[in-house]
Amino acid sequence: MSGQTSFVQQAPNHPETSARFGDLHPPFDKQAAIPEANRCFFCFDAPCTGACPTHIDVPRFIKKIASGNLSGSARTILDANILGASCARACPVEVLCEGACVMHRFNKQPIQIARLQRFAMDSLHASGAPLPFAPGPDTGLSVALIGAGPASLACAAELRRRGIRAQLYDARPLPGGLNTYGVAEYKLPLVESLREIEMLSQLGVEFHFATMIDAEMLAGLEHEHDAVFLGIGLGGIHRLGIAGEQLPGVTNALDLIAGYKSGECTTVPARVAVVGAGNTAIDAAVAAVRLGATEVHIAYRRGPEQMSAFAFEYEHARLEGVKFVWHTQPTRILGGESVEGLELTRLAASADGQAGSEFCLAVDLVVLAIGQGTHSGLLSGKVQVERGRIVIDRATGQTSDPKYFAGGDCTNGGREVVDAVADGKRAGIGIAAWLGAALASA
Amino acid sequence: MRAFDAGWGGAVWKTIGEPITNVSSRYSSIDWEGRRMMGFNNIELISDRSIEINLQEMAEAKRRYPKHAVIASLMVESKRETWHDIVQRAEDAGADGLELNFGCPHGMSERGMGSAVGQVPEYCEQITAWVKQKARTPVIVKLTPNISDIRMPARAAKRGGADALSAINTINSITGIDLDTFQANPNVDGKSSHGGYCGPAVKPIALNMVQQVCADPASALPLSGIGGIANWQDAAEFILLGCGTVQVCTAVMHYGYRIVEDMQDGLLAWMAEKGFASIDDFRGRSIPNVVNWNQLNLNYQIVARIHEDLCIGCQLCYTACWDGAHQCIHLDHTSPAPDTTRTPAMVEAEAARRISTTPIPKLDAGGSGSSNARTPLERIPRVDEHHCVGCNLCSLVCPVEGCITMERIENGLAPQTWAERVAAGITPGGACEVVNTK
Repeated sequence: MSGQTSFVQQAPNHPETSARFGDLHPPFDKQAAIPEANRCFFCFDAPCTGACPTHIDVPRFIKKIASGNLSGSARTILDANILGASCARACPVEVLCEGACVMHRFNKQPIQIARLQRFAMDSLHASGAPLPFAPGPDTGLSVALIGAGPASLACAAELRRRGIRAQLYDARPLPGGLNTYGVAEYKLPLVESLREIEMLSQLGVEFHFATMIDAEMLAGLEHEHDAVFLGIGLGGIHRLGIAGEQLPGVTNALDLIAGYKSGECTTVPARVAVVGAGNTAIDAAVAAVRLGATEVHIAYRRGPEQMSAFAFEYEHARLEGVKFVWHTQPTRILGGESVEGLELTRLAASADGQAGSEFCLAVDLVVLAIGQGTHSGLLSGKVQVERGRIVIDRATGQTSDPKYFAGGDCTNGGREVVDAVADGKRAGIGIAAWLGAALASA
Repeated sequence: MRAFDAGWGGAVWKTIGEPITNVSSRYSSIDWEGRRMMGFNNIELISDRSIEINLQEMAEAKRRYPKHAVIASLMVESKRETWHDIVQRAEDAGADGLELNFGCPHGMSERGMGSAVGQVPEYCEQITAWVKQKARTPVIVKLTPNISDIRMPARAAKRGGADALSAINTINSITGIDLDTFQANPNVDGKSSHGGYCGPAVKPIALNMVQQVCADPASALPLSGIGGIANWQDAAEFILLGCGTVQVCTAVMHYGYRIVEDMQDGLLAWMAEKGFASIDDFRGRSIPNVVNWNQLNLNYQIVARIHEDLCIGCQLCYTACWDGAHQCIHLDHTSPAPDTTRTPAMVEAEAARRISTTPIPKLDAGGSGSSNARTPLERIPRVDEHHCVGCNLCSLVCPVEGCITMERIENGLAPQTWAERVAAGITPGGACEVVNTK
């Protein structure tokens, strides 16, 4: 239940997976980090900081690397983003800090912020120093946090720094949610997510694992605690609703990724089709390549202009050898005992056929990555939900029920780890402010 | 001789005297933002080899390279006979000239030589005169910068009959302290001693001293420029302030003799571009452009202008003007009206309140990060030209060439200097009873 057991020691250790999923962006050593840090202009009101959802003071932490103040650099990062180590690896920095770097307009080479951030965080971890923050003096207040993903972890850190108890409930056996189980291993290894949460737990965060919260339990938690934070993420991956979907050999991207990260799955068959063209689809397709597939297709019902994957993710998949089949809709999954093929219908004319014509991809595994569903049962009538998303005040995370706060994928429909951290951070501060105001008026 | 093969025209053979014992280590340096040896420091003394060997080798070098100039740098104890003796021997070995080392700031000065001579104009004049009694080749006096006014030893050397001067020698320095051991650099068994500072960091100091000497009729002699010269541009600047030759050491220690190739190539290309056929065509050309402050035109007015098409939005000019200058650059391009009341703290507070999310290509077309090719208007600072004092700071911090230019404002006022104002009785001249600026 508590943070007594080392999360890192519980991490699965599969050397083969580690070998197949080596760092996409290798770490800097000091010799590389310092010249890169010196290259930063130290912009005022820096665009990188503005672009970061958690507003890490990027030039400040970079200049601390340059000055040799590595502990101060890590503290600067963690002060804004308690999952700074994960974000250094998992963030799509091309569209965040590095995308905003003024160097794009100077010599076209943005500062390698992510690698510098990782350098600072790795240095902190290597030093064995504790988290550079202490819990605040106990206020006697307590908050239940549903889900132990990035949003809840960030919220919990803010609460603990303000002396508020933070009790996290999660259905899985280990903390971190998608940060632990859902980020491609070549970006963020599972063990690194756990290492970071291990540090965070030094603030006295209390974990309740393998605990699935239902509506009844939620009502109990609401009664026991002074506030409730919902960091429940999204539901399972959507189904296609076509024939053959029940066949063995049909899975979804999140299960595939969690499977190989936790060591339950170490190989995939030779021919794989991924349905969908979001970032998760790319992660799944690349994972299939790394897990031994020789032919991996991504089928998408629209064209490259409409896909939700980032351009650099698309490029990465192409470099890994993933082939894209545009403007196609799966209409049937073929097979007797298990999957043998995926029938696709062309939605637009191409050199290979008319719109409406069908063709079949011979595959052994179909991976669905067509978006996640939302939770509804748990929240029925509790808080306002619109289009499957919990409605919050963006600045404080407060929901329509003032005692409930929320953040992360369940409020934004599914974005990045850093967005969840930012939501959780604002909600943690928001909860503390709300409880403080409530105390003051009582 | 390898230097001559590389293309160097001459060498100063330094420094010949009674052999000394050197320490190890001897050098230390200042790095700056990842670049090595911005400033360099040594605690070496003069040659640790005998006068005989030095002079034998010099004779051999002159025999093999008769057309290259070899100057013997000399430092001996302050006795007339000793100086006469060394002068005779150096010239007999074939030296084309003599450089009297009156500048070495460490070690030798404790023994009454080097800067101990250069800092006392009377000694400087005396020894120069002794040397001139004997010398048949030109005598160059090398000046120390470790003195309040370099013109004093320069004038003394001229009075003593020197044919030329060279400047500057190294500057007293401690380059740094090791923060683990608390020992200074360079480290000699846990101790250090002040050394002589040189390299690119000292060039501005050297240029000033060169200008002071060349602009002073009582000091002016043919001058060999020394101090942080590493490329042709540096060399050209020293020549523009009056030097007839320049000397290079630290840059060669850093990169080797081969650097002379571009010094020559670059200088010749620049000379051709400017229409100069020889060094004499531009030597000293910038001397009249450096005057006392009271000769500067007080009515000359410039203001900073930001070229928005070049601005990359780093806002370094903004923070520099607010915290280091005159608070006349503002971030109000997107305000309805110019707003000079918005402080940097307000800008930062607004930014901290702003909520950013990761853009999703499909959903957030045109969102943040969708295009970084153009600088957002709100990030381009604006100069309040009515309050700009034309200090240059913003243009100095701006990383982009030509983005901030200083533009002349035609204010219709005739040029007027402080000296002219005083002469016209507009401004009191100030008390000059104790301060003699002559």
